[in-house]
Amino acid sequence: MSAAWLQAFAMVFDPYNIVVMLGASLFGLFVGAVPGLTATMATALLVPVTFFMPPIPAIAAMVTATAMAIFSGDIPGCLLRMPGTPASAAYTDEAYAMTRKGLAEIALGAGLVFSAVGGLFGTAVLMVAAPTLAEFALHFSSFEYFWLVLMGLTCAVFISSDSPLKGLVTLFLGLLLACVGLSNPAAFARFTFGNTELLGGIGLIPTMIGMFAVSEIIRFVVDTQPKALVVEAQIGNVFKGMWALTLKYPLQILRGSVLGTIVGALPGAGADIAAWMSYAMSKRLSKEPEKFGTGHVEGIVESGSANNSALAGAWIPALVFGIPGDSITAIVIGVLYMKNMNPGPTLFTTNPQNIYAVYLLFIIANIIMLPLGWMCIKVAKRILKVPREVLMPVILLFCLVGAFAINNTAFDIGIMLVAGVVAYLLECNGFPIAPLILGVVLGGMLEENLVSSLIKSDGNLLAFFGRPIAATLGAITFAIWLWPLIRRVVPGFVHRSWRRKDTSRPEPELLSGRQDTHLP
Amino acid sequence: MKFNDAVWGAVLLVFAAALFVHVQGFPAMPGQKVGPGALPGALAVGLGVCGALLLLRGWRQRSTDNAPPWVELPDWFGGRAQLLGFAVLVAVNLLYLLAVQRLGFVLTGIVYLAALMWVLQVKLLRALAIAVVMTLLIHYCFYKLLKVPLPWGVLQSIAW
Repeated sequence: MSAAWLQAFAMVFDPYNIVVMLGASLFGLFVGAVPGLTATMATALLVPVTFFMPPIPAIAAMVTATAMAIFSGDIPGCLLRMPGTPASAAYTDEAYAMTRKGLAEIALGAGLVFSAVGGLFGTAVLMVAAPTLAEFALHFSSFEYFWLVLMGLTCAVFISSDSPLKGLVTLFLGLLLACVGLSNPAAFARFTFGNTELLGGIGLIPTMIGMFAVSEIIRFVVDTQPKALVVEAQIGNVFKGMWALTLKYPLQILRGSVLGTIVGALPGAGADIAAWMSYAMSKRLSKEPEKFGTGHVEGIVESGSANNSALAGAWIPALVFGIPGDSITAIVIGVLYMKNMNPGPTLFTTNPQNIYAVYLLFIIANIIMLPLGWMCIKVAKRILKVPREVLMPVILLFCLVGAFAINNTAFDIGIMLVAGVVAYLLECNGFPIAPLILGVVLGGMLEENLVSSLIKSDGNLLAFFGRPIAATLGAITFAIWLWPLIRRVVPGFVHRSWRRKDTSRPEPELLSGRQDTHLP
Repeated sequence: MKFNDAVWGAVLLVFAAALFVHVQGFPAMPGQKVGPGALPGALAVGLGVCGALLLLRGWRQRSTDNAPPWVELPDWFGGRAQLLGFAVLVAVNLLYLLAVQRLGFVLTGIVYLAALMWVLQVKLLRALAIAVVMTLLIHYCFYKLLKVPLPWGVLQSIAW
């Protein structure tokens, strides 16, 4: 036990790893602060680079960059009224209203400090929950895994979209993409149409780079919104008054962190949805709800901690079951497989030092966020003036080279570009991307467990409910499926109030990672 | 480009039908009830059902007063700058895919970046200068540091 911890410390505090973390921090802060570049995109852009690193620095880069990006997404929200990442969109108007009232430093300070607090809370839950779940999961057979995967996919369909029907379509398309190639129980070449490149399947990484980076660039090129102007705000000491806020809103901080961690852990929903839900909850349970929207810090405190705690929460199912909690961990899982660190409960018993290292990385990332974030706020005005018309083409060329670098094949570049166009088109039409990505990541696992379960039980479907845990998971899955029906039959039984009531919320597409420029 | 739900539904239905037919040709696993066609077959059925539901939903919307049109052109379709931007975006990517082997990464990359920046309203000279610097930088990072075999093309003789 302690030997593994020592090993983890040695790996994390290795000079090479420290340099990687610092570099990734600056990268993450920059990407988050530029509107149009998202935290998921940061992860996707890191893949080609981390491909050439040992496993721990590779994970370190992703953990740090995403934590920083989710925080720094608050900065343009505050100064430009444009969220830097979708995770800040929930309270962008609030933060901007605070800036107009001359309270920019409190808005930014609350974003920074409570991001770190939420991130640390999520990490603590990850450290407690993941090993416990892993021990439990060691006894899982293909039946339990089948239900787990199905439940994860189900969650993604119902959470990530306003229209479950459209979510279902993209989920099916994602699962279908995962079917391409030889990797199926019979090793039969499916949907390859004689193309040898397709025998190995459709590459996960080029698909993700396309869907999360290329689609954003298409959106930027055809964007018709005029440029937003930076507010000239005096920003003093952002840490001033934060302790008082902590004492004033302890319950809000805890609530945001708990909700964020749970939403993060649910497959398909990540930091952005966590922020929306917790902002809505903060408003509903607040003693002064009338102040919300006028530049009131309470909602920022709560949802600012929620979006960062969601990041760590998403790693719980990712590490224990290989089921991504959000689109960032979907990419991470792809990287883990490439590094031969296949996620699953055995990772906790055979290589505990790697898991401990992940915990340490999260803790360090959230602590160094404070000084680095402070620096980032200092130079924020300069970052916001970065010419995006120069940045976007460079990122696109980087994507082309990055997609090529994984397998050294031009075919992957084609896959990436097609994925980018498809993601752009789907999102324009209200089809969410998250279920598609989850389908691609989990398709193989779903089929493998389905087929081996059917073989074991000789085609008897009742066997899927033959074991107590499998039966429970199956029942939950069915309950989620029948939920919309229950809602319709019993009107007012439950309402997704965080969606419907919050009228300040713009387009639903925002949720699926669309970078918005919804200026009035 | 926004299509009416009914259009998506119809396309999905046709696709699902074709998929279903295609999957029937997959071989069975000897001695087993489920083969490689099982999951894609189920997905075809699922997509078909979703397609039918979308078709129905779109059709119902048609009869209401503010029915969405069959196809809604994106708001950028009227803007000349955006239209040109999109055209150049498609063109440079096709150019990259078709020409990178022959022209080499460095030359293709410079043209690629300069054209894209120019269409996004960066002044031509500035765009060219940035394109040269950034292409060489990306080339250095991936070719030298990460050992990715980016093609040299016509510059093979002066490869560095």
